[in-house]
Amino acid sequence: MSEANELPPGKGPLIYRQSIWTRVTHWTWAICLFFLLLTGLQIFNAHPALYIGQQSGFEFENAILEIGAVNTDAGPRGQTTIFGNSFDSTALGLGLSGTPERPTFTAFPGSVTIPGYRDLGTGRVVHFFFGWIFVATIMIWFVASFINGHIRRDIVPRPSDIAGVPRDIADHATLRFHHGRSYGPLQKLAYFGVFFILFPLIVLTGLTMSPGMDAAWPWLLDLFGGRQTARTIHFITMALLLGFFLIHIIMVLAAGPINELRSMITGWYRASPGTPTAEGDRP
Amino acid sequence: MSRLITRRNFLRSSAVAGSGLILAGCDQFNFLGDKTNSVRHVMEQANVLTYNVQRTLIGDQVLAREYSASEIRQGQRPNGSTDPSTPEYMFLKMQNFEPYRLTIKGMVEREVSFSLAELRNMPMRSQITRHDCVEGWSCIAKWTGTPLGPVLDMAGVKPQARFCVYHCYDNIQRTLSGDILYYESSDLVDAYHPQTILSYGLNDQVLPVSNGAPIRLRIERALGYKQPKYLHTIELVDDLTPFGKGKGGYWPDQGYDWYGGI
Repeated sequence: MSEANELPPGKGPLIYRQSIWTRVTHWTWAICLFFLLLTGLQIFNAHPALYIGQQSGFEFENAILEIGAVNTDAGPRGQTTIFGNSFDSTALGLGLSGTPERPTFTAFPGSVTIPGYRDLGTGRVVHFFFGWIFVATIMIWFVASFINGHIRRDIVPRPSDIAGVPRDIADHATLRFHHGRSYGPLQKLAYFGVFFILFPLIVLTGLTMSPGMDAAWPWLLDLFGGRQTARTIHFITMALLLGFFLIHIIMVLAAGPINELRSMITGWYRASPGTPTAEGDRP
Repeated sequence: MSRLITRRNFLRSSAVAGSGLILAGCDQFNFLGDKTNSVRHVMEQANVLTYNVQRTLIGDQVLAREYSASEIRQGQRPNGSTDPSTPEYMFLKMQNFEPYRLTIKGMVEREVSFSLAELRNMPMRSQITRHDCVEGWSCIAKWTGTPLGPVLDMAGVKPQARFCVYHCYDNIQRTLSGDILYYESSDLVDAYHPQTILSYGLNDQVLPVSNGAPIRLRIERALGYKQPKYLHTIELVDDLTPFGKGKGGYWPDQGYDWYGGI
């Protein structure tokens, strides 16, 4: 028998789990990442290919991804090429979107770019504005979460968390969620990956694309293997963050969206029945 | 059991509804493309912040990375104007640029101009650098030319001058009301940077027309649109608003950031 079925009936205590710093930075990031993603796709559309190395090959081949359109007997079709393998991506809206009467030849369709039409200049203005806010929010979060113990308590996995991963995977697979005082093993690992790997990676690879920053910090080029590789890593990190976002939303919905949303708005979180109470809890 | 299925259905429908919201949301931000919009003006201040932070961080003399000759694996990709059609330029090209002169004017002690032969006889510098286009591509090439700083000193830059405006021959855009000529500008830090050269050579050849012959400016710590081709006049000024649409360059007038270091 599993532990979940042996829990005493009734409600667990209402605990103050999310500090004001966690809540404010969380929603700021949500807004930033929305605009950064959609303007980032606008910027990508200006040259819809990714390469490995210092430079893009025009007279030699070092592209790992290309999104474009090709002419066929059946008219223009969207085509995406990954590691030399091409497939028809019209159905995904990649390379070709819009209606047959008014086709749009952009890598990503206007429905997922800001603005909804081709405008690299505006995409960059909005991208860099939210880029600055994103970075400032990361710095505020790190300082606040280091001081108030959020990083130590909830983010950095302990040996016991690592040992608890198989059990936590089994619990997630059967939709049995533990609403504890701290995060579960998979939660810790996911947030650790976002805060300590993906966030620094996406900021530093973004800076590597700036010729000014490459002069200031030339080690960026060595760290990431060149401006074009950095651009590729920036794109891949975006995809990983997008994947995190989708799982994050699914988990919120599965674990009880009202309770999860309340804790991210008010800070108060309803723990599972049987959770030991502590000073400051509410019934 | 029935509760599980309900939850799954809820998840599925929520995901569909959520993605629909995101997809429907984008055209609502098209107003940001309007260059007179006040929200856009606020957002553009981030570019001013970037400029100030990079100027503080980099220092005036720090060089852009220079590469080895083995990194030159292809020709320099031409972009933008590749064959200007203004009568002045076509005449110069026909004459093999013999009558060409580069003029330094504006807030200077003495207006000066130099022929191509005079520029080629000045101290020169070669550098293998990476050209970064704002679109996202990069290309490594060897650029040869005379550093701009000493040339400016020959004209004697007045203390009140703050910017160089670079005037070009190419009609980047042709409209019903006439040609729009390319121009760019930089602060004096970029103008006097050791790698800022009036280039006349590319990959050990004479600079071709498609890459900006006879003279193309290189500002190596900035994006490609800050490397004006077909340069004929450098004007020292304290204010950029009288030129073009007042943003300091053809592409800045189209909504690109003026500094161009990112």
